[in-house]
Amino acid sequence: MENSPNTPTMLSVSSSPHRHSGENTAFIMQDVLIALVPAALMSIVYFGWRSALLIGLCTGTCVLTEYICRRIMKRKQTIGDFSAAVTGVLLAFNLPPTLNPIFAVLGSVFAIAVVKQMFGGIGMNFVNPALAARIFLLISFPSHMSKWSLPFFYMSSNATTDVVSTATPLAQIASGKAATSTIDLFIGLHGGCLGETCALALLLGAMYLLLRRVITPHIPLAFIGTVALIALIAGQNPIQHVLSGGVMLGAIFMATDYTTCPVNKTGRVIYGIGCGLITMTIRLFGSLPEGVSYSIVLMNILTPHIETLTQSSPFGSEVKRSGK
Amino acid sequence: MDTSKSNTKKAAEDKDLLLPKKPYRTHGGVHVDHMKNTAETESQELPTPKKVIISMQQHIGAACEPIVKKGDKVTVGQLIADSTSFMCAPIHSGVSGEVTNIGTIIMPNGAEIKTIEIESDGLQTVCPDIEPPVVTNADELYAAVRKSGLVGLGGAGFPVSIKLNFSPEKHVDTLVINGAECEPYLTADYREMMEYPEDIVEGTRFVMETLGLKRAIIGIEGNKPAAIKRLGEIIKERSLNDRMCVLKLGTSYPHGAEKVLIKACTNRAVPVGKIPADAGCVVLNITSVSFIAKYVRTGMPLVSKRITVDGSAINEPKNVIAPIGTMISDIAEFCGGFKQEPKKVLMGGPMMGTALYTLDYPIIKQNNGLIFMGQKEADDVKPSDCIRCGRCVAACPMLLTPVNIQHFVERRDVQALNDLCVMSCMECGCCGFSCPARRPLVQYLRMAKSIVKSGR
Repeated sequence: MENSPNTPTMLSVSSSPHRHSGENTAFIMQDVLIALVPAALMSIVYFGWRSALLIGLCTGTCVLTEYICRRIMKRKQTIGDFSAAVTGVLLAFNLPPTLNPIFAVLGSVFAIAVVKQMFGGIGMNFVNPALAARIFLLISFPSHMSKWSLPFFYMSSNATTDVVSTATPLAQIASGKAATSTIDLFIGLHGGCLGETCALALLLGAMYLLLRRVITPHIPLAFIGTVALIALIAGQNPIQHVLSGGVMLGAIFMATDYTTCPVNKTGRVIYGIGCGLITMTIRLFGSLPEGVSYSIVLMNILTPHIETLTQSSPFGSEVKRSGK
Repeated sequence: MDTSKSNTKKAAEDKDLLLPKKPYRTHGGVHVDHMKNTAETESQELPTPKKVIISMQQHIGAACEPIVKKGDKVTVGQLIADSTSFMCAPIHSGVSGEVTNIGTIIMPNGAEIKTIEIESDGLQTVCPDIEPPVVTNADELYAAVRKSGLVGLGGAGFPVSIKLNFSPEKHVDTLVINGAECEPYLTADYREMMEYPEDIVEGTRFVMETLGLKRAIIGIEGNKPAAIKRLGEIIKERSLNDRMCVLKLGTSYPHGAEKVLIKACTNRAVPVGKIPADAGCVVLNITSVSFIAKYVRTGMPLVSKRITVDGSAINEPKNVIAPIGTMISDIAEFCGGFKQEPKKVLMGGPMMGTALYTLDYPIIKQNNGLIFMGQKEADDVKPSDCIRCGRCVAACPMLLTPVNIQHFVERRDVQALNDLCVMSCMECGCCGFSCPARRPLVQYLRMAKSIVKSGR
């Protein structure tokens, strides 16, 4: 029966389902890259060619590192899924605009080789590679990583001096003088990491990600909401806190990294609240002016535990219908 | 109804038994293209095939034993195989002719099963013993349905008599008729609704009244407005609208899954590991109730089946009414043959159907679709690494976590799989459908279930 002449070819046999949504990892990562475009453009407008250089350098180094790692480990090549490119752009967004490119390259190699590939590649890293790399640079080269410059510094007449130093809005809050207006914060006219300053551009990206259903609103809303609430309780301006530093970038693009955030909705809300809590604890009581990176990485580590605690019980497990 | 109950309790119960106006919320689900290409074409009867091969395993449960032997003459509707097992439905011949062989066939799951091969004489002589059954109470209905060989015609193929044979302690009060037909391509149930709407309403009324149930809800997906309208009109004409209604369901997949359908129609949840009767419901497929109405009228057992033939490889997609045991190659020929070489052939719909290894395979009672997929449609993309996006978790109607289950399957961790309640999985395919990394999640879930069952 199996060798009947009527059977035209070998039929392919597989487990159901035999249809697919058509989505794939590369499409999702491409969507994230598209969502990052407005912020990238604004950073180039504000900080000039240095932004473009850092973004390009980080992305290129990340992709190259991933390629080499996969080659050395003799594993299936994964640069085609664009996840390394996303890490590169996000790392660049977390660097000061005037950073020496050497450090950017070093951070990129660390992000991909140590944080991502050593743990098994995409989906296996336990913390966000871009943030881990930023923290690595921050701890290793603190002075280089905290030189901030004002937007349009490259146009000013004394641009010959390498850096026009400024204080970030958070440093201003910490020292008790809120000098940046809310409007300036919203459109990004203040010092900071190159991708985090323009809240407007980041929000555009968030809208795109939500519309394309790449992310769910749970984490960003819980994160930002908690930051605002604690700022309010602490008697500080919640809008200033939300719009300054890395809260927007972190809540929209970093904390929502699939691999390192919980998979269910309740878990995501708890995780977002945790990020907000740690951020504000560091901002209000810590010696550092900013705590977004640390908060997200700490919550990354807690993710498996949050998932265990919020494990949903299956449909029908809480029903008691007896003798009705 | 117990008169000693307090008025408030009675009022609450009556409220619970109201006919729903809108479907209740269900969990998860995905949006799958409907592709109901064959919806508006009249079903066509297949000319009597020369040969049929009737598998002794027509549905979930026990296999039947042949009670005819080589050389026997059989007629249409004649009992040819039966079993004393509870989980079983007898099998009747769909053609008249001669038994040429009692053979075996390898099922898609690898099991070898007995078959009865019948060569048709083309006369389609009807068995003289056939007469309408007398059904006046629930026990007689149960016996008649068992005798008719009816299995759930929606695709899962659970012997219907068992569904009707619930204990009175379960306090079953609602009949839910499954007209969701949420699988892509399939229109066999829809054609039944358009061609025999009176039988559907009559069958529903008959089952409801014979079993002493209080209400019947016919759930139909919103993508079949003509059927919803037509059945609603008939219910009204027959003034059954005080205890029977047609409920327009959302169009997300899987609204036709039993537990999801019960939730959408009655807002009740079937307890984990239990059956619909534990939620006070009996669920029957819409074609099944229509069959019951016809069977009570004529006494002709289940010998043929309407099958949706579709897919990118077939020339003329249509609904075909064919005797049980017709070879798939005969049906493909009747549908104009192939416009391209079929790469994957499915029994059932694309979301839950079984891929066949050969076209030399007979259709069985639970079949409602034959999908011939061409090269492009069948193209399987290799899975990549899980990115933990959580889409499978959001899609699961049973609130499971396929993303974590796959890891425990690889580690064969029975305890962890038990804790994740993998036995609740109904293999609807929502997780695999939505996975961007194309992980074979349903396959993992099936492995998980077998690991839990075998304990290792």
